[in-house]
Amino acid sequence: MKRAAYILLSNPLSVIGLLLVGAVFFCAIFADFIAPYPDHAGAVINFAFANKPPSAEYLLGTDVVGRDILTRIIYAYQVALGMGLVVLLIAPPIGVAVGLIAGYIGGWTDFILMRISDIFLSIPPLVLALAIMGLLEPTLFNAMLAITAMWWPWYARLVYNITRGEKVEGYVLAAEVIGASKAHIMFREILPNCVPAIVTKMTLDFGFVILIASSLSFLGLGVQAPTPDLGSMVSEGTRYLPDSWWMTVFPGLAIVIAVFGFNLIGDVLRDVLEPD
Amino acid sequence: MAPICTFTEGCSLSIFTRFLGRLGASLVVLIGVSMLIFFIARIIPGDPARIALGPRATEAQVDQMREALNLNEPIIVQYGLFIGDLMRGDLGMSLYSNRPVMTDLVEYLPATLELVLLAGSMMVMIGLPLGAISARYRGRWPDNLVRVISLLAVSAPAFVWAVGLVLVFAYFTPLFPITGRISDTLELERITGFMLIDTLAAGRFDAFASALHHLILPAFALSLSGIGQAARLTRSNMIATYEQPAIEMAQAYGFPENRIARRYAFKPSLIPSLTIIGLDFAALLGNAFLVEVIFAWPGLSRYGVGVILQKDLNAIVGTVLIISATFLITNLIVDFLVSVLNPRIRLSEGNK
Repeated sequence: MKRAAYILLSNPLSVIGLLLVGAVFFCAIFADFIAPYPDHAGAVINFAFANKPPSAEYLLGTDVVGRDILTRIIYAYQVALGMGLVVLLIAPPIGVAVGLIAGYIGGWTDFILMRISDIFLSIPPLVLALAIMGLLEPTLFNAMLAITAMWWPWYARLVYNITRGEKVEGYVLAAEVIGASKAHIMFREILPNCVPAIVTKMTLDFGFVILIASSLSFLGLGVQAPTPDLGSMVSEGTRYLPDSWWMTVFPGLAIVIAVFGFNLIGDVLRDVLEPD
Repeated sequence: MAPICTFTEGCSLSIFTRFLGRLGASLVVLIGVSMLIFFIARIIPGDPARIALGPRATEAQVDQMREALNLNEPIIVQYGLFIGDLMRGDLGMSLYSNRPVMTDLVEYLPATLELVLLAGSMMVMIGLPLGAISARYRGRWPDNLVRVISLLAVSAPAFVWAVGLVLVFAYFTPLFPITGRISDTLELERITGFMLIDTLAAGRFDAFASALHHLILPAFALSLSGIGQAARLTRSNMIATYEQPAIEMAQAYGFPENRIARRYAFKPSLIPSLTIIGLDFAALLGNAFLVEVIFAWPGLSRYGVGVILQKDLNAIVGTVLIISATFLITNLIVDFLVSVLNPRIRLSEGNK
């Protein structure tokens, strides 16, 4: 862990990533203090200042009803990060448990569990989330549910492959010989060896959850107005292209900044934690 | 790690048996997908018959509809009836378009496939060479440049790329058209639904040029994150190959670096890269939803979003099924190509 922290801080790429992610978290946590117009996060209408290009007063311009875009981006980060945290608290444990059990027990358990995760994996991720959202009501909670449903199989796959490799190793045989329980072997012996891969994947996935969540709301199937959301801001803005370009360009950049930050960290972590 | 033999990945099976195994596994998965999506569509809160008829319908009408949709049967029977209809090519009526779902899918699928296939080719033809350059010049500036570009490419959702490209190449410098598949002034008979094929079949090269012109920008927007992904993957696979003793020997013999890169490092890493790129095809099919919205592309995704917003159950089930089937078929093809390319499979015992 110490070594990982040292390498993250000594690699310029991951330092940039840490700064970007740090800035995004800072915005989300202290939104109430740093947003120039905190009330613009809600359903405020301010037609006198509608459709204004970036200026000293409104740094990133205003939207069609006159709300400050910078404020809305800052509050949208709250929603996006919350979404990432919830999905990554639920999906990996499910996937890890499935992968460990399928990989270690083997046989029919393996066959059935991995076929189930194959089924989820053979529906393109966004399409599965869209279909679930379409069938349920488009709310924040359901969006999290839909994204979790498409995410756990990737962890199952990852842990399954590692487990298949580890279970023939000497330390597992030793534990079996002294009569350790299956649960002990899976969760106390094999699981620790999966942790580096899981942590790397979670860092990369944090960005991708934000990306998918914004895609859902871009299509009108995610977080609903007036809650600020990066995807729906872009989709609203596309109707006013090219004249009011700031309505789409800045929220779009905001997505890229957050996802890029997580990817930079994840990339360096992968080199450190998973030397092939 | 000991080689493990399961029924889907044959050790020393012939390419044909291997293909049959994969085909069987894909069918099992497809049946699973149909169950999954069917049951999700049936357990949602709300009565599908009521949703279909709207709030103003009378109770009697709803009951009649429930009878017509077999909603009073147990869910297993409903699924059986659904599969029976599916075998006859009947996916029910769409409430959104008032036509059979199958007719809608046949109409909209080619536009999406055309887009996704071109994007997929761009992903392979641009992504693989970029990754190879990156690995060849590992640690030097071309490597760093490609790494940052490909990481940026995967960090933006397809709709952000689409908006960016439209702004730059359609509004600020009007090089490409913004909407549609072909110029409005051109009349064309639909044969396959694939514009590039239909225009060529009609011998209309002006129309072909127009169709291609309309296709390039959306396909590029769709392919960008795939290009990034393919480049990253090729780079890491090639670097793994570079660490093999065979490369060290080639270097010791004094072979030119470019030849080593092309012949000894790139080729062996092509096989694992292609397999994963086949899986990335799923992302292209999903992201087509985002790109088609921006370019007003008359494809399956626009239809899909429409039916999802209308809670049109039959059409949602049909769309998900056809997309999954497309994905599974692509992977079968990629898998077949990989086994033909891979000498370990091609020349294994089973083929002698």
